[in-house]
Amino acid sequence: MTPLPGPADPATRTLMLWCPDWPITAALREHALPADTALVLVDRGEVFACSPAARQDGVKRGLRIREAQARSTGLVSLPYDPSLDERTFEPVTAAVETIMPGVQVLRPGLCAVKVKGPSRYYGSEGKAADVVFRTLAAIGLTDVRIGIADGPFAAEQAARATDQDPDADRLVVIPPGRSPWFLGSYPLEVLEQPRLTVLLKRLGIRSLGDFAALKASDVRNRFGIEGALAHRQASGLDHRNVVARKPPPHLDTTADFEPPLARIDQLAFAFRAPAGGFVDTLREAGLVCTALHVSLHTESGEVSERRWQHPRWFDADDIVDRVRWQLQGTHASDHGLTSGITRVHVAPDVVEDLSDHADGLWGTGPDEGIHHGLARVQSMLGHGAVLTAIIAGGRLLADRRVFIPWGDAPPAKAPGKDRNQPWPGRLPGPAPATVFADPVPAAVVDSRGNPVDVDPRGLLSADPAFFRAGPDDGRRPVHSWAGPWPINERWWDPTGRVLNRFQLVDQSGSAWLLLLEDHAWWVEAGYD
Amino acid sequence: MQASTLDSRRLPTVPALARILPGGGLQSGGSYTVRNSPALAMALLAGPSSAGLWCSVIGVPDFGVEAAQGFGINLERLILVPDPGSQWLTVTAALVDVVTVILTRAPEHLAPTEWARLKARLRQRGAALITLGAWKQSDSTLGVAESAWEGLGAGTGHLTARRMKITATQPSGRLRHAYVGLADLQGTAPGTASQGALLPQGLQPGAAPGSASTALFG
Repeated sequence: MTPLPGPADPATRTLMLWCPDWPITAALREHALPADTALVLVDRGEVFACSPAARQDGVKRGLRIREAQARSTGLVSLPYDPSLDERTFEPVTAAVETIMPGVQVLRPGLCAVKVKGPSRYYGSEGKAADVVFRTLAAIGLTDVRIGIADGPFAAEQAARATDQDPDADRLVVIPPGRSPWFLGSYPLEVLEQPRLTVLLKRLGIRSLGDFAALKASDVRNRFGIEGALAHRQASGLDHRNVVARKPPPHLDTTADFEPPLARIDQLAFAFRAPAGGFVDTLREAGLVCTALHVSLHTESGEVSERRWQHPRWFDADDIVDRVRWQLQGTHASDHGLTSGITRVHVAPDVVEDLSDHADGLWGTGPDEGIHHGLARVQSMLGHGAVLTAIIAGGRLLADRRVFIPWGDAPPAKAPGKDRNQPWPGRLPGPAPATVFADPVPAAVVDSRGNPVDVDPRGLLSADPAFFRAGPDDGRRPVHSWAGPWPINERWWDPTGRVLNRFQLVDQSGSAWLLLLEDHAWWVEAGYD
Repeated sequence: MQASTLDSRRLPTVPALARILPGGGLQSGGSYTVRNSPALAMALLAGPSSAGLWCSVIGVPDFGVEAAQGFGINLERLILVPDPGSQWLTVTAALVDVVTVILTRAPEHLAPTEWARLKARLRQRGAALITLGAWKQSDSTLGVAESAWEGLGAGTGHLTARRMKITATQPSGRLRHAYVGLADLQGTAPGTASQGALLPQGLQPGAAPGSASTALFG
């Protein structure tokens, strides 16, 4: 059995810093929403966290999103992103580290500090906590609670025991040696050991105080090491110690430009050196970066942010290319910056060990050459000009093909785009070789020259006799044809489409796929 | 005819097309024109692609990737550049360095010197260029001379199979032709199995293409 620390070991006086509803605070800060927004974070269709405003409307954790929307009108819902929590908590940890060393992040929103040193330095534990409050208020974080007690467990409970009202005292200090008394009235659930809790309740033990009153040796004999550790927690003698984190190396890079740069080539030139420094720093740490965040700040306060991925890893030229593409606006949401660039910030998102990416002695095969060649074409034409394709689900042929810029990961399978699901109305037989990205206007007439149409009941007005596949196309006699094949996409949605599909073969043996939508004919695809 | 290159290496080609192409298949360093059928161009790509070579499609925004997969083209090794804009030659030359077969829309204007340089690069890299649309400067011109679809009636059925007469013209003016079915052009890649199941019995890959064609065109 693992030896337990003896009862003589004093528990570490611990300052526990707790930011209530951290996922919500993080999301509000990230999306620059006002603090009183009714916001919920959604994880797999259920509410993961909700803001105080949403809670007042009766929204709570675990509710289905539809139910939450019904309870609170004007609810803003965002997907829950665990990495966002960690990313936004990092400045908080860094701010605390500037005033007291040895911060341990237990999870985003909760961190522990050994308080002995700071309390001696600042005069008392209360004064040390005041300094923390002031420091965090300076970075715009006001809803912070602090509990100080013997050991992390008691300190966390103390922090949670602070008044819910943000204007009231945000600090609870349990004097040394009083932690068992403080914890005594708590229910067993706070131990977060469901099996032990059930067992103890059956034995008639309801609170931590009851549990702590048992003899330590009896608990250990009866409940084993887990029980003994829980017993120490309940007695206010926390076995855990505060393990200070080592501040991570500073990997991201920022370049400020004064005066602001208005031209892309100037920026690309000026950012080349910082990009080289970024790659060198990573290399010294034995890392390579395979995904990064680029944010561009302009003089008028606009920020353009994007995550970029790389099929291998970024070198300095690649980073400069990504900055340039982001400015050129390969995506509709990216462009539209109206003033000069004042700051470029590049932060690594995914780093991997350099040795996993080392080149083999004779190179790593032909794919490396492919990548270099395609990166060259991308730097000529832009990121979105070099594509690979995958086939997705859908009824219309243009929906079924999805283009992915070279180097980007394929999109996570969107619900409703799965290829393997049945798609009633999808096209039977061989797929057409030409699929028009934008349908081409066409015309179909019957033997007397009247346009062919389909009535609301799906009946054809007359058999097609001639058609034109395109505005400049000559008149083609119909050799054989089939249709109408109705497609009724998303009938519940006003943006859904109602179409009729036809296959037509002309006298020369060319086959075409035509669409009839709202009395107008379009060429969807050609089989040549 | 005397070969224009000394070491003309042959690229993997779909058997139905290998019979009519000069030299018995796609030659590395060769250039081909497909007059009127994107499907035929896909069939030319299918051989090299299903053998694991990289292919690229430049300036063809309407390329039907689902049909390409049906022909046996490996989409993971297919690079699409739908709109090279005014930099057609630069992009094509850059891709000649890294991929083996390039399918492209015929350029509107290409000076003979530029074409000679591109051709030298093709030979040096062992790549092949396939252009869609009329273009006089290529080694060989392919086209669909006759085509007939099966499975479609007057308002009934759906397209199931196609029989084609494919011609290949050489610069000397010599003309070869073959009668093939759509299934003969489709390679043996995953994804074609389900499409093969839709075809009538006589049109399965492996059925003698010459015999069935006489009934259709005879």
